[in-house]
Amino acid sequence: MTVKIKEWPGTALSSRDIEEGRVLTVRHKLKAEYAWDAGVAIGRYLRELKNGRLVARRCGGCDRILLPPRMFCEQCFVPTDEWVYVEDTGTVNTFSICYVRWDVARLKEPLLPAVINVDGASPGMGILHLLGEVRPEDVHIGMRVRAVWKSPGEREGAITDIKYWKPVQGG
Amino acid sequence: MAKVAVVGAGMTKFVRRAQETGRELSWQAAKMALDSAGLTLKDVDAVVIGSAPDAFDGVHMKGEYLADGSGAWRKPCIRNFVGGATGVFAPIQGWYHIASGQFDTVLVVCEEKMSSCHPHPQGAFITIFDHTTERPLGPNLLWIFALEMNRYMTVHGITKEEIALVAVKNKKNALDHPCAQLGEELTVEDVLNSEVLAWPVNRLDVSPASDGAAAVVMCAEHVAKRVSDKPVWVEGVGWHLDTAYWTNRDLYYPRYVEYAARMAYEMAGIKEPRKEIHIVEPYDPFDYKELHHLEGLLLCERGGAARLTADGVTQRDGDLPVCPSGGLLGVGNPIAAAGLMKVCELFWQLRGEAGKRQVPGTPRRGLAQAWGDLMQVGTVIILGR
Repeated sequence: MTVKIKEWPGTALSSRDIEEGRVLTVRHKLKAEYAWDAGVAIGRYLRELKNGRLVARRCGGCDRILLPPRMFCEQCFVPTDEWVYVEDTGTVNTFSICYVRWDVARLKEPLLPAVINVDGASPGMGILHLLGEVRPEDVHIGMRVRAVWKSPGEREGAITDIKYWKPVQGG
Repeated sequence: MAKVAVVGAGMTKFVRRAQETGRELSWQAAKMALDSAGLTLKDVDAVVIGSAPDAFDGVHMKGEYLADGSGAWRKPCIRNFVGGATGVFAPIQGWYHIASGQFDTVLVVCEEKMSSCHPHPQGAFITIFDHTTERPLGPNLLWIFALEMNRYMTVHGITKEEIALVAVKNKKNALDHPCAQLGEELTVEDVLNSEVLAWPVNRLDVSPASDGAAAVVMCAEHVAKRVSDKPVWVEGVGWHLDTAYWTNRDLYYPRYVEYAARMAYEMAGIKEPRKEIHIVEPYDPFDYKELHHLEGLLLCERGGAARLTADGVTQRDGDLPVCPSGGLLGVGNPIAAAGLMKVCELFWQLRGEAGKRQVPGTPRRGLAQAWGDLMQVGTVIILGR
C-alpha cells in the first residue's frame, strides 16, 4: 500500500558503479544465424522484384488485391485466387524523418521511412519502404511517388531491389 | 463466473539499470504484494508471470527463469507474452484463473530488465519486423511510432505542441511517485526542443528503457472478503488482436483498443464510459499514444483527446484524471511491469492510498489499458470498489 511503504526496493546503478567494478557483470555475445525461407507468396514476390515488378494476390472472397501477397486470405480464410501485377507508383500514407539507427547510434543523413499505398492494390494496402531524391522538408502525406529500381544486374530478389521511392513530377 | 478481487499490490523502483537481477526484482514486488494483502506464499494456489521479449534478458524461457522470484515453483504457473500489452494481460489471466473456479488465490508478477541488452535494448526490437519484406530496409522501433504519430497528427490536424502537453503532465505527475525514474517539471518548449529522434518523435516524447517489477494478488470473492476490508473488484476485462500487416490498415485509429474496451465495458455493464470511468491509466510509451488510446477507449471522440488535455480535463484534479501515476513517460517503462504498475495504481487510487498522487473525489471505478506488438494488441481491465 503506497502510503504505508517507506522504503521501496530496487537499486539504481550508475555507469561509474560498473566502470569502477563496484558491481560485477558477466558479458556474453549471442551468436545466432538464421536462413528464413521466403515461402510461397513472398517467394514469388521476391522473384518478381528481381524482374522489376510488384506482384499482389487477389482474393475472390472479398475481392481485395492483397499486398504484400499471401496465399490465403486472413479475413475470408480461403485460398487466394490469382496473381495480379500492380504499379510501381503510389501515395505516401505516412512517413518519418529518422535520425537514429537500430542501436540508437545517430545518423547524419536521416532515413525517410514511409508507408506507401501502391497503385493497383486495394485502397489502404501499403508497404513499408524508404523515400529518396527528396528533401525531408518537402515530403508530405499524400505525395505521389514512383519506385527507383536497382539496375537489372544488381537486383537479387529482395525488397531492396527497389532502392527507394521518389516524388513524381507534380506530385 | 466467480467474482474476483485484487487484494494486494507491490512494485520496485523503476530505474535505468538495476543492481538486482530479474528474479530478485520479481521477488521484491511479489513479496510486497503478498505482505500488503497479509498473505504468504502458502496461500497462493497459482502464479501468472508476465514478461515481454526474452531478447532483453538474453534468457530463453524467461518464465521459468523468473519463476522462483515469482513464487511459482511447485505451483501451477503460466507465463504470458503479448508484447507491450503483457502487463495488463497478466491480471486478465489471473482473473480467468479464478473466475473459472479453478483457483482461489493467484499471484500475478510482471518483470522486465531491459538494461541487459547491449548496446541498447532497442536492438531487441528489430525482430518484430517481417524478416523478408521489412528488415532489409534497416528499420528500428521508432519508425512505427513515428509513422503512426504522423498519420494521427495529419488526419486530425493535431500539433506537436498539443501532444507535448501529455509528456509535461505525466512527467510532472511522476514527481509524486516514489518509484519513478523520470519525474520532472518540464515545459512544452523543453519537449519540442529536445533532440529529434525520428520526426515527429523527439526524445522527450518517448518513455525511457527501464528495469523493474510489479505484482498483484488476486482472490475469489469468499477469500477476498475474509482477507481484505477494502477489496478492489475486477469489473471488466477485454483483449483484442488486429492484423500484423500493419501497413495495410490506417494507423490513425487503434481499432483493437476499441474492441478490447467494448468487451470490458459490456462485461462491466458500462453504457457511457466517459461518465462511468473516473480514472484512466492508458498506455503511454509515447505521449501521442495516451491521446490515441483515450480515443480508442471511447472516452472522447476521435481526434478529441488533444482538446481534453489542453483543457486540463486529464490533469490529476481534472474531471477525467489520466495517468495520475505519471505513466510510462514519468514512472518508467519496464514493458510488462509498466502495464501492471498501472493496475497497481488503480488499486491504490481506488483504496485512497495513493498519497500525494491521490485523485480527489474518491474515484469509484478505474480503467487500465496496455498495447503491444506491431500496434495490434489491446488489453483492458476495469477495476472498481
